[in-house]
Amino acid sequence: MPKLTIDGTEIEVEAGMTILQAAETIGIEIPRFCYHERLAVAGNCRMCLVEVEKMPKPVASCAMPVGEGMVVHTGNANVRKARQGVMEFLLINHPLDCPICDQGGECDLQDQAMAYGGDRGRYNEEKRSVEDKDYGPLIQTWMTRCIQCTRCIRFISEIAGTPVLGGLGRSEHLEIGRYVGAAVSSELSGNLIDLCPVGALTNKPASYTYRAWELKKTESVDVMDALGSAIRVDTRGNEVIRILPRVNDDINEEWLSDRSRFAVDGLKRQRLDRAYVRKDGKLVPTSWNDAFATIAAKVNGLAGNKIAAIAGDQTDLETMQALKDLLAVLGSPNMDCRQDGAKLVPGNRAGYLFNSTIAGIEQADALLIVGSNPRIEAPVLNARIRKRWLKGGFKAAVIGPKTDLTFKHDYLGDQASILADIASAKHPFFEVLKNAQNPAIILGQGALTRQDGTAILALASKLAEATGMIKDGWNGFNVLHTAAARVGGLDLGFVPQAGGKDTDGIVAGAASGDISVVFLAGADEVDVKNLGNAFVVYMGTHGDAGAHRADVVLPTAAYTEKSATFVNTEGRVQRTRLAIFPPGEAKEDWKVIRALSDALGKPLPFDTVKQLRERIAASNPLLAGEGSLTAASWAPVGTEGALSDKPLASSIDNFYQVDPISRASKTMAECTSQFGGGCGCNSKKKTGTHG
Amino acid sequence: MLRDQDRIFTNLYGIHDWRLSGARSRGDWDNTKALLEKGRDAIIEEVKTSGLRGRGGAGFGTGMKWSFMPKTEGARPHYLVINADEGEPGTCKDREIMRFDPHKLVEGALLASFAIGAHASYIYIRGEFVREAEHLQVAIDEAYAAGLIGKNACGSGWDFDLYVHRGAGAYICGEESALIESLEGKKGQPRLKPPFPAGVGLYGCPTTVNNVESIAVVPTILRRSGAWFAGLGRAKNSGTKLFCISGHVNKPCNVEEEMGITFRELIDKHCGGIRGGWDNLLAVIPGGSSTPALTREMIENCPMDFDGLREQGSGLGTAAVIVMDKSTDLVRAITRLSRFYKHESCGQCTPCREGTGWLWRMMERLDKGDMAMEEIDMLFQVTKQVEGHTICALGDAAAWPIQGLIRNFRPVIEQKIRARNASAA
Amino acid sequence: MSNETEMTSFAFTPENLEKAKAIIAKYPAGRQQSAVMPLLDLAQRQVGWTSIPVIEYIADLLEMAPIRVQEVVTFYTMYNQRPVGKHHVQVCTNICCLLNGSDGVSEAAKEALGLDWGESTEDGMFTLSEVECLGACVNAPMMQINDDYYEGLTPDSTKNVLEAIKRGETPKPGPQDGRQFSAPAGGPTTLGELTFGTEKA
Repeated sequence: MPKLTIDGTEIEVEAGMTILQAAETIGIEIPRFCYHERLAVAGNCRMCLVEVEKMPKPVASCAMPVGEGMVVHTGNANVRKARQGVMEFLLINHPLDCPICDQGGECDLQDQAMAYGGDRGRYNEEKRSVEDKDYGPLIQTWMTRCIQCTRCIRFISEIAGTPVLGGLGRSEHLEIGRYVGAAVSSELSGNLIDLCPVGALTNKPASYTYRAWELKKTESVDVMDALGSAIRVDTRGNEVIRILPRVNDDINEEWLSDRSRFAVDGLKRQRLDRAYVRKDGKLVPTSWNDAFATIAAKVNGLAGNKIAAIAGDQTDLETMQALKDLLAVLGSPNMDCRQDGAKLVPGNRAGYLFNSTIAGIEQADALLIVGSNPRIEAPVLNARIRKRWLKGGFKAAVIGPKTDLTFKHDYLGDQASILADIASAKHPFFEVLKNAQNPAIILGQGALTRQDGTAILALASKLAEATGMIKDGWNGFNVLHTAAARVGGLDLGFVPQAGGKDTDGIVAGAASGDISVVFLAGADEVDVKNLGNAFVVYMGTHGDAGAHRADVVLPTAAYTEKSATFVNTEGRVQRTRLAIFPPGEAKEDWKVIRALSDALGKPLPFDTVKQLRERIAASNPLLAGEGSLTAASWAPVGTEGALSDKPLASSIDNFYQVDPISRASKTMAECTSQFGGGCGCNSKKKTGTHG
Repeated sequence: MLRDQDRIFTNLYGIHDWRLSGARSRGDWDNTKALLEKGRDAIIEEVKTSGLRGRGGAGFGTGMKWSFMPKTEGARPHYLVINADEGEPGTCKDREIMRFDPHKLVEGALLASFAIGAHASYIYIRGEFVREAEHLQVAIDEAYAAGLIGKNACGSGWDFDLYVHRGAGAYICGEESALIESLEGKKGQPRLKPPFPAGVGLYGCPTTVNNVESIAVVPTILRRSGAWFAGLGRAKNSGTKLFCISGHVNKPCNVEEEMGITFRELIDKHCGGIRGGWDNLLAVIPGGSSTPALTREMIENCPMDFDGLREQGSGLGTAAVIVMDKSTDLVRAITRLSRFYKHESCGQCTPCREGTGWLWRMMERLDKGDMAMEEIDMLFQVTKQVEGHTICALGDAAAWPIQGLIRNFRPVIEQKIRARNASAA
Repeated sequence: MSNETEMTSFAFTPENLEKAKAIIAKYPAGRQQSAVMPLLDLAQRQVGWTSIPVIEYIADLLEMAPIRVQEVVTFYTMYNQRPVGKHHVQVCTNICCLLNGSDGVSEAAKEALGLDWGESTEDGMFTLSEVECLGACVNAPMMQINDDYYEGLTPDSTKNVLEAIKRGETPKPGPQDGRQFSAPAGGPTTLGELTFGTEKA
């Protein structure tokens, strides 16, 4: 542990730390543009120069390792002069367009220019202008503003693993550009905007719609996939302007997937902002009371087992608890949170969680991925797996869709029988897992929504036990969910009660007439066309599939419009925050259910969200604490059975359009038309990491 | 004057056969096995004794550099990389070695590689030297065929492979870490140091990068002894050196001379004097384009070696002596260098990328006299803002010629401005 | 001369593919990226310039991301990103050539070819470029035509060389002023005392 002195303070820090990092430990922030703690060190901007006694020249503190006895000055006259020089160089070719630049107010260059910039320019020569580049529908480029820090190149190459950006040319003509044959279609491309320290890369859909200082910032949690990434919802008035990632090292570090970031315009389009009832085959606007009365007329007197409910992919715990309570008082055992029919087993928590945890996947040294394309199902997780691969000593294999996952892997095929071979030690990958320190498996929903899903689950379970995936301090059995609601629904037991029907049973029942009333809580991906003559009550946010089939539509709040609890794929309990109010007459979902129960003459036993959350905690204590993550104890899962020869596929075929919000988003529609379904499917070139 | 017997590059002018048989007749490859048998430490010691300082410009002790390599080979192989990316304007000495004395380089590569524990060496030659690369490859092929390199080189038991790698037009690749990047198949952008190549070099392995001339003199030093080499020139500035004298001398040429020869003697003996006589001498860039230009008073009797020229505020650099007589538009000449540095900046770090362009544009204005007198000081200040703040030395190299111009030839600049102002008035 | 729209695909000829394999073998296993510069050179020698199909072919061959190859192509000056003439005439105008008359050489070359810097003749025979120091400074001024250096030029000798090439001749490279390579004019001042016994003529 070297000791050194920084600005007169003697400190002892870990060997291998840089001067910049060491200074940070004692609260000294050194200005920087190119340096970013999650990217490789470039050392090119020279803004972080400091003086080290006995060294002839100022040194870049971001790159210089600490040394025993170093005496560092981070703010003396020499250092200031050096940085002022660098700042002047950065500004000579930078446009003075801060007043119209979207980065204005949150620009590192602007901020540092306040500290190190001169009060007038000395540069009397011609300024450089650089042609803007086409980075697609998400990123607007303003290349004249670029200061060549190369953060974008490093992110897209190192973190995203889709190296399509590079520094072309040299000297003052060095330009950051896109490979001519490739699109900037990484599922993580929006992070480039956050990383750009100037206004060279800005949020294209939000161009010119805000000034940073006007925005109200609400810390929340993403529900566009099952990771539960930490987000910040920036709003102005009652409008979500943009969504940005927050740092959460347990989940998303500081990255966010493009769907989570850019589907925001979908929050404003095709919204259900009042109640509707179907009259003469058409949905017509109506009042809450009329809507409730219409439902009451159908439900009252109906036998409980003729009623059913299905929860959707973004349905929160509060909604599911309230709906479960409602069905209970109506006497119905028919409910399911698995609208996709996944053969997940409620009650066996380790059997449906991502047990290694998201951050924990970095401890894995062998990984088998079955029926999943993590790159489009959970891009931020995929980046973690890539990060693990980059460290070396990691062997991955895939049974399922053949695609560029951005990390090297053995492609074993798409047949479930291969998993059976591995599980029975007939396939060489068994040995790879067996010999690994921390072997892991990721089971995608694509493997579990099939008829043989439970057999696959059993094989995975058997494999996990046979290869040492389950042991003290390590559980490598991972189910990767794609729906933010799913784990919560299973934890809460929003599944068929004694004698009740599951999703398939409900749909079949509705088709056959055994079920007469179906509540869809944001369930748009269920087979709504085959609900026969059932009376469908749709509660949700968008005029999507569910609402189109509905007989009564009850408008509710999206995740940005309520405080709602979700459990992510790891089993981590997290809560969104209200950033804006729901549109029009839309209400928080649980309140709608509570009000409906009154209209049905069967008032539910809670009046506040606090009381409701107490009921949730009572039904499953794991769901009590926000932010908590409790490891699940292992028990074998699944039932052995025959395997189908249907190819294993991902449950998602288009990364950009997965749920009612993203389907309503124009931006996501544009991405679909330009990039295809994600995974660089539309770009003709490989990324250089292909196996 | 250096005796012919003490000259190392005996085929400097390509008068003799450059191939193996010719090289052998000039003493190359003469019992190289015995040199290798001295052992690694003895070879490094001998080179240290010789006082040989790197001939690529920086003048770092060659033996010292070798001693930085790990003593034993670990999991990572060692590499010798030979810098033949000769591109410093004024410099054309390595070219002669490679086309007319390539076996000196090949033999030197074997000896140096052995000394640093490397079984493989790459010669990075600038891309434009196509014919030189061809000669070098022939020499290497001959050496392989004769068992001088390859498996059990010279019967020494040491396996040694030598490869030629051609560049493709980038001055910056003469910077050792940029050269390594380029050799790895990337843009030639200098690396941050530390780590230094001896720790983390080519492919992340311990690497020594030496100039062609530094390597090519090693066999002779080992044959004739370090003491012999050290006996030539001055203390800490020992040995012989290839000088490239260009510009306004009567007979420009390359010549091998003793270090520390005075400028006057060098020019009079080998170059037929200054064009138009010594009184016609305006300025001399003594060590390649990046070294500041000196006046006649400063250089005439100056010993042409590292310390002699440093005392005058310039440097020996690559010993590329560019002579300018009084017909020279010195501002135009230095402006041309500013354009060169702007063109060759790798663009990676801010002060160099932005500064070289700014300096060049100001120099262009100055060349036209289109500049206010007080801007001269600003120009100097901007060079200072680049110097010492960059990742590699190219920033310094761009700054120094302008600093030399302003420091030593201010009247010439002011005259330009006055002349323009007069014609405008 | 091909142009950008014409080159839609590229592949090494069988002979060049063999050469490429030999080049790749010069570098350690897994370090095949080191071969990118020599392979680009080989490709350029095959088709005259470095087009996007060339970049993609080589990226594929070396398992590199195409952008990394494009970076290399745009960084180094010797990769022609546009077609060049059969004879690429590159005149050095850096300091030593400037001091010794590159202005006259430049003018002579422009006049002889009817081109300005960066231009090509319509018949695709010549491209004229101004270049940085080529490292033949004691034989300045000089120009490079394809792989050969022509040194010690005057405006007249410049024209002579270019006219000879136009006639389909191959003028002898090297100093055009009669010097023994980099020796001083009139002959060496050194090395005269030495003889080498066993040397063949």
